[in-house]
Amino acid sequence: MRKFKSFLFGSGLFLVILASVALWVMLPGVVLLGLAVLLAAWMAFTRMGRQAASVTWVGVSTLRQRLGASSVIIVGIAGVVGVLVALLAMGDGLQKTLKSTGDNETAIILRGGATAELSSGVTREHATLIAQSPGILRDAEGKPIVSAELVVVANLPKKSTGTDANVEVRGVGPQVWALRPNIRIVEGRRFTPGLREMIVGKGARQQFVGLDPGSTINLNNQQWTIVGVFESGDAHESELEGDVDTVSAAYRRQGFQSVTVRLTSPEALDALKASLASDPRLKVEAKTTLDYYTAQSEGLSKVIRVVGITIAVIMAIGAIFGALNSMYAAVATRAREIATLRAIGFRSPPVIISVMLETMLLALIGGLLGASIAWLLFNNYTVSTLGSNFSQVVFQFSISPALLWAGVKWALAIGFVGGLLPAVRAARLPVTTALRES
Amino acid sequence: MKYFHLIWAALFRRKTRTILTLMSVLAAFLLFGMLDAVRVAFNSGGDAAGVDRMVVSSKYSIIQGLPQSLVARVQATPGVKNLTWANWFGGYYQDRKNQMVNIAIDPNYFDIYPEFSIPPEQLQKFRETRTGALVGESLARRWGWKIGDKIPISGAIYPNKASGDTNWSFDLVGIFKARDEKQRGAEQQLFFRWDYFDEANSYGAREVGWLIVQVADPQKSDEVAKAIDAISANSDHETRTQTEQAFQLSFAKQLGDIGLIVSAIMGAVFFTLLLLTGNTMAQAVRERVPELATLKTIGFSDVSLLLLVFAEAVLLIVIGGSLGLGLVSLLLPVIGAASGGMLQLPPVGAGTWLTGLLMMIGIGLLVGVLPALRAMRLNIVDALAGR
Repeated sequence: MRKFKSFLFGSGLFLVILASVALWVMLPGVVLLGLAVLLAAWMAFTRMGRQAASVTWVGVSTLRQRLGASSVIIVGIAGVVGVLVALLAMGDGLQKTLKSTGDNETAIILRGGATAELSSGVTREHATLIAQSPGILRDAEGKPIVSAELVVVANLPKKSTGTDANVEVRGVGPQVWALRPNIRIVEGRRFTPGLREMIVGKGARQQFVGLDPGSTINLNNQQWTIVGVFESGDAHESELEGDVDTVSAAYRRQGFQSVTVRLTSPEALDALKASLASDPRLKVEAKTTLDYYTAQSEGLSKVIRVVGITIAVIMAIGAIFGALNSMYAAVATRAREIATLRAIGFRSPPVIISVMLETMLLALIGGLLGASIAWLLFNNYTVSTLGSNFSQVVFQFSISPALLWAGVKWALAIGFVGGLLPAVRAARLPVTTALRES
Repeated sequence: MKYFHLIWAALFRRKTRTILTLMSVLAAFLLFGMLDAVRVAFNSGGDAAGVDRMVVSSKYSIIQGLPQSLVARVQATPGVKNLTWANWFGGYYQDRKNQMVNIAIDPNYFDIYPEFSIPPEQLQKFRETRTGALVGESLARRWGWKIGDKIPISGAIYPNKASGDTNWSFDLVGIFKARDEKQRGAEQQLFFRWDYFDEANSYGAREVGWLIVQVADPQKSDEVAKAIDAISANSDHETRTQTEQAFQLSFAKQLGDIGLIVSAIMGAVFFTLLLLTGNTMAQAVRERVPELATLKTIGFSDVSLLLLVFAEAVLLIVIGGSLGLGLVSLLLPVIGAASGGMLQLPPVGAGTWLTGLLMMIGIGLLVGVLPALRAMRLNIVDALAGR
C-alpha cells in the first residue's frame, strides 16, 4: 500500500513536471513577468511568503560554501544555453539573409515547376515577351525595369579549406541597378557591358581566394577581371555579377534562367500573372522575390533548427541530472537546518519554494552566462553553406533578443525540473530522523 | 582486479548520486555518438567510394557537361579498365518538397558499382526498355512503388522535347539494393537511361555530366588521372580527374565545416561533464575520508588508495559512456527507419567506440586526479580524528 502510494505520488509529480514545462514553453514573456511580480508580492505581503523569502535568503547566502556544487549547475546550464543559442542563431542567420534578399516589390519569373534558378530556363524570345507584360514599372525613358539573368556555377578555392567550392556567377541585364537599388559599389567601379569584367559581393570576396579588385580569375577557361566590390546586405553578396550577354557567351548559353522585374506595386503581381498565363507561348510562373527566397531558406533552416533543438534537449537532460545531483546534495547538507525550521513551525511550501528559487537563480545565472558567451563568440560570425543554386551562400549568425530570451527560458525550465524533486524531498523529510542525523 | 568489489561498493555507496551522475555521462556520450555518426557520414564519401574508381568532371564547374565523344578517348587511355557515365537530372515527385536524386546512367553503370545488387532479369529489362527506370529499395518503399508503375517526375533541369515542359515519366522496371547496410542512403536514387535522356531532352547536345572510370591498378591512379586530363587540355572542356572519394568529400566540405561544429559542441559538453563528475568524485571522497583512513590503517599503501580512487572515477565514466554509446547503436537504426530511410546515419563504428573509450578514460583520469591525490595524502591520525 505504501509503495503504491509513493508510486502514485511519483507519477503525479512527473505529470506536474511535464505539464509545467509544456506550459512554460508556450507562455509568452508578459505572462511570465506577471508571474514573477505575483511571486514577489506574495513573498513581501503574506506571512507564508515572508517565511519563504527568509528561508530562500538563508539558502542563497550559504551558496558560497557550496561553490563546487553550485558551479556545476551554472556551467551545465550555460553549456546547454550556449550551444542552443549558437545553433539557432545559425538557422536564423541563414533565414534572415535569404528572406531579406526578396521583397514584395519585385517578382521573379521562372520556368513552370522550377524550384530554383539553376533548374529553370527562359528563352530569349520569352524573356522579351515577359518584359512587355503589364504591371512592370518603367523608368524615366519608358523602358521596363527588368533583368533577364543567367546563373552559372564556377569552381574557386575557398579560403577556409583551400579546396574548390562552388561560387554563384550571375549574369545581369543593364537595368539591374534600377532593379536592385540596394546594390552599392563600395570599392572599384561597375562592370562594363561587353567586357569580361565582374563585380564581387562582399561575402564572396571574404570566403574565396583571389577575388580582390584588380585580380583576374579563370571562368570557363577565360580570364575575367574583378573591377569592383559590392554590398547589398543579402544573399547577392555571395555572388559574382557580370554582364549577362558576356557571361552567356563565355558559357555558350543561348537563353536565360530567370527574369526579375520591378512591379509598379505589390498588387500588380496579379496582373502580371494573369498576362503570363494568358499567353500560350509562355510556360512560366511568377512569384514575388520574397516568396521565392523564403522558400529557398525553409528546408535548410528547418534542418538546422531541428538539429539544434535535438542536441540541446539531450544536453539539457544531462544538465538536469547534474542539477538534481547538486541540489540533492545541498538539501542533504542542510537537512538538519530544514528540519529545525519545520520543527519550529515553518510549513512545507516555503521550504519547497526556497529550494526551487535557489535552483532557478543558479539556472538564471547559467542561462545568462551561456547566452552572453554565445553572443560574444558568434554574433555576426560569418559562415557559408551550399544553397539551393548549388553554390555557396554566405551568411552571418544572427543572435536576436528573442533568441537570448529563449535561451534564458530554457535555463529556467532546466532549473525548475532540477530543483523540484530535491525541494519535495526537503519538504517531506521526516523531522525527527532529520534532526537526529549528524 | 581483486579489489573490484571494493571499487564497485564505493561507487554505489550513494546510489542516487551515482545514478544521477551516470545519467549525465550517458547523455554526454549519447550526444558524442550521434554527432560522431554525423561527422563520419560527412567525411566518409570515403568508405562508400570504391578505391579503384575515379570521377572525370569539368574542371571549371559542376554544371558544365562533357562531350560524349570523350568517352571513347578516355576508354582508350592505358590503365583504364572500364568506364561509365552519368548525368544529373534532378526534379521532384508530386510535390516540390520531394526533391529527388535522379540520374541518367548507361546500363553498364552496375558493372562499375558492384555494391548495388539487382536481379539480372530486371537489369536485362532495363536494357530493353527505353523509358525504363531503376530505383533503390528504400525509395520504392517510401512511395510504395512497384515494378510496372509509371513514375512521373517534374521540375527537372531538362525540358522534355515531346511535351515542351519539364514533366517526364518513367517505367519502373527494377529495384536495386545496397549490399552494405551502411550505404542505405544510396538507395534514395532513381536511375534511368542516358540514351533516352539524350534523345528526349530538348537541349540534347550529346553531353554527359561526368565519367566514372575504373582503373586497373589503384596504385597508378595518379598517372591515369593525368593522362585523362591531358586528353582535353587546352580544349573548351578541360577535365579534372580525381578519386571518387575526393570528389564526394568536396561536396561534404561545401556544406560547411561539420567537423568544426561537432568539435565545438563536444568541447562544451565534455567541459561541463568534467566539472560535473569532478564534483561528484570530490564529494564521494570527502564523505569517505574516515573509511579511506581505515583502509590505510589496515595496510593499504598510498599508491593503492590512489589507484582505487582513479579506478572508481574511470569506472564511473566508462559505465556511463558505454551505456550512452550502446544506446546510440540502438537508436540510429530506429531513427533511420522512422525517417523512411531519409536520415541514414552509419552505425557506430569501431573508430567511434575507440575514440569514445579513450575520451572516457581520459575524462575519468582527469576528474580522478584531485580526489585521488587527496586520498593518497591522507594522514591516518588526522582523518580518523575527523580533523
